Amino acid sequence: MQLEGKIPPGQLAEKWTQYKSTMPLVSPDNKRRLDIIVVGTGLAGASAAASLGELGYNVKVFTFHDSPRRAHSIAAQGGINAAKNYRNDGDSVYRLFYDTVKGGDYRSREANVYRLSEVSANIIDQCVAQGVPFAREYGGYLDNRSFGGVQVQRTFYARGQTGQQLLIGAYQAMSRQVSLGNVTLFNRHEMLDVVLIDGKARGIIARNLVTGEIERHSAHCVILATGGYGNVFYLSTNAMNCNVTAAWRAVKRGAFMANPCFTQIHPTCIPQYGEYQSKLTLMSESLRNDGRVWVPKKVEDAKAIREGRKTANDIPEEDRDYYLERRYPAFGNLVPRDVASRAAKVECDAGKGIVPTGLGVYLDFASAIARYGKSKAHSMGLENPDADTIRKLGEEVVEEKYGNLFEMYEKITGENPYKTPMKIYPAVHYTMGGLWVDYNLETNVPGLFALGECNFSDHGANRLGASALMQGLADGYFVIPYTVGTFLSKEIRTPKFSTDAPEFEEAEKAVTERLTKLLDNNGSQSVESFHRRLGKIMWEYCGMSRNEEGLKKAMGLIRELREEYHKEVYVPGSMNEYNPELEKAHRVADFMELGELMCLDALSRNESCGGHFREEYQTEEGEALRDDKNYAYVAAWEWTDTGKEPRLYKEPLKFEAVELKTRSYK
Amino acid sequence: MKLTLKVWRQKDAKDKGRFETHQVEANEHMSFLEMLDVMNEQLVSEKKEPVAFEHDCREGICGACSMVINGQPHGPQKTTTTCQLHMRHFKDGDTIYIEPFRAKGFPVIKDLVVDRSAFDRIIQAGGFISVSTGQPVDGNALLVPKDVASKAFDAAACIGCGACVAACPNASAMLFVSAKVSHLALLPQGKVEATRRVRNMVRQMDEEGFGNCSNVTACEAECPKGISIENIARMNREYLCASFSSEE
Repeated sequence: MQLEGKIPPGQLAEKWTQYKSTMPLVSPDNKRRLDIIVVGTGLAGASAAASLGELGYNVKVFTFHDSPRRAHSIAAQGGINAAKNYRNDGDSVYRLFYDTVKGGDYRSREANVYRLSEVSANIIDQCVAQGVPFAREYGGYLDNRSFGGVQVQRTFYARGQTGQQLLIGAYQAMSRQVSLGNVTLFNRHEMLDVVLIDGKARGIIARNLVTGEIERHSAHCVILATGGYGNVFYLSTNAMNCNVTAAWRAVKRGAFMANPCFTQIHPTCIPQYGEYQSKLTLMSESLRNDGRVWVPKKVEDAKAIREGRKTANDIPEEDRDYYLERRYPAFGNLVPRDVASRAAKVECDAGKGIVPTGLGVYLDFASAIARYGKSKAHSMGLENPDADTIRKLGEEVVEEKYGNLFEMYEKITGENPYKTPMKIYPAVHYTMGGLWVDYNLETNVPGLFALGECNFSDHGANRLGASALMQGLADGYFVIPYTVGTFLSKEIRTPKFSTDAPEFEEAEKAVTERLTKLLDNNGSQSVESFHRRLGKIMWEYCGMSRNEEGLKKAMGLIRELREEYHKEVYVPGSMNEYNPELEKAHRVADFMELGELMCLDALSRNESCGGHFREEYQTEEGEALRDDKNYAYVAAWEWTDTGKEPRLYKEPLKFEAVELKTRSYK
Repeated sequence: MKLTLKVWRQKDAKDKGRFETHQVEANEHMSFLEMLDVMNEQLVSEKKEPVAFEHDCREGICGACSMVINGQPHGPQKTTTTCQLHMRHFKDGDTIYIEPFRAKGFPVIKDLVVDRSAFDRIIQAGGFISVSTGQPVDGNALLVPKDVASKAFDAAACIGCGACVAACPNASAMLFVSAKVSHLALLPQGKVEATRRVRNMVRQMDEEGFGNCSNVTACEAECPKGISIENIARMNREYLCASFSSEE
């Protein structure tokens, strides 16, 4: 079987415009007769539901949260990229496209990324009109800042809560459609299966999480916007309830999972501190605009700090190693995430970590505080200000920029980052891999679409900062409203589907059986304990660096753990009630299968690229060594059945506008 | 540290509910929810049903966590959600009372979990700007003074957790509703339909069974995001103007 990307013909810059003006349309009258199911209400899901409702389709939208506004997009801190070139610093659609393809280490589709860059500017306009309170300058114009892997300022932001503000914008737009009757909202409903009729996605099975009732919902097509699967690692910056179940259920029904091993490890998170820890907290990448990353040059100093005999402030300037600035002078502290994360690991592996576990480095704001303090004193006309004044003024500026992040850091760690450097370490943050989709964002299952982090399409092997928000909203506001028509224009004569169809019957039965089996298992160990063990295996063998031996071992370990899980797990309560343990048990069961596939994907990709670092494939300087001749493809996996090896399909990546080069940030 | 927890258990909305006592061994680095995780793990290991509580991001931004700790929504720390509250603010031997948010507008679903969908319906009644995808002009076409954007942001920072309702002796939702009214009324983009918005949102708020505001200001004191009661004053002004207006 040949995977068809369905990339439209023509020049790269013209493709989307031409395609849009020639694609089949659905008339307003027919739209009213067509039903669409959207699963997930994060940026991608909410923006899609709102836009499709505005167009006149009958939309049913599902979220497992109590309110659509809780989706994890809300936690994105730093900002959203857009090629506006408001700074006059040489930005353009092409440059955003180029940065994203390069940042993704040349493992994404050119045409998709170009379209993303093209619509990025519209997203800002849309959000401003919805009332998103972006940061402004004194003149009333929109403000920008920089993110990793780029040399222009194209990131728009709303303090350190950009995701929250954008999500609320999309949530409000969707709420308006709910009030108009175009969108029906099903909160506290979790999708547990997708229903295929004659090979096309025609509905879902969902569980009402309050009553426990299993419900059938039909539609002419199904859109999944259910986020990423970072929680397969147990500890990640994802929210506790983020899971792969909706996407994985699609995989079990024949959808392909693409590049599952491409996971993003974010360099600046608060380090782990204990066994009971339930999640990791991100410190926004925007902090690297002003924070300098360092470790002590001497291993003895690092040891002394770990043992509490010294503090960061005891290490003189000449004994500090600002390793990112040293290794990557062109981008310095603002190298992309994969590069910064690996560099931190290298230092910690060399014994220079500065927290008791050995896994932590400093992110220091002292230079920025001094610089801003001097500048502020100057603008206030203060002559020869003393060090304390400079410090005080500088801290004020830093507070204005990053106040909420500093506060959050202090709440969690109990340390004041204005006075001592932050301690940080990489943690799982985002998954570039996801359901395979074509240019229309349609999976290989007709009528089943995937948007946002749930799909694989735009970030290659590494996502640049402030691009997740951009992609989620691009997919929902500006891509799916057009491309869904390519499928639905052929369905205008299709009547509504009855949920009495045998396909619904079968799917519901399968769901009920799975849940009953978990409940009847009567083992002795908690779901949580298994999830933790799975996470440890994933982090150890399929985390920041991977090798053949480890991956093979991990696959065996996961298989064993999975068997043990289905024998030993204990799920309290019953099916017909509010039962969070049962929800979790079902999600962890799916993670157990996904984990194995991630290892298999990592094992089959005999190269290093972006977030996928295979120890066997590195340059002499320890940088990722790509193999474009053999691996410039998307790995799309078909899940056959547990026990049998999944089947690999390759979609070759063609680069016409960008020359394949070694990615260098030196 | 050894703690005694008095936790509210309630099977469903119809159940009367009661306090249940549990002993937990915690340490000061844990977050409050991690301490509850430990308690739940214990319960599961004894094959008992764990306490249901709502939580998700554990970063203080999603607004899912919702409990009253020793009589205060989100506990004793100012401007801190339950998930960001750490055990270092408690001491060995403490007895901690944990209850759900209590309000007519927030019926209990189970244990500490309440139904806050009334907030969604208030937003659906008018908490938006009527703009469809594709309509807008350039983001810089309409300038917004820095301090106006900043004030709008302060109001928009509300996480919709409902602590304001739980804190209020009247179970009033004025702080939540006024934060949305203010956020949108302050911005030039939102002024166009300000009259309609405030009328519709207030009407829905009343229909949901939330009480009236009698200036107790407990909402502001307990708000984990420090939303100011200035917003209530602004909403009252907006509402008064709207009631004199003949606009639809």
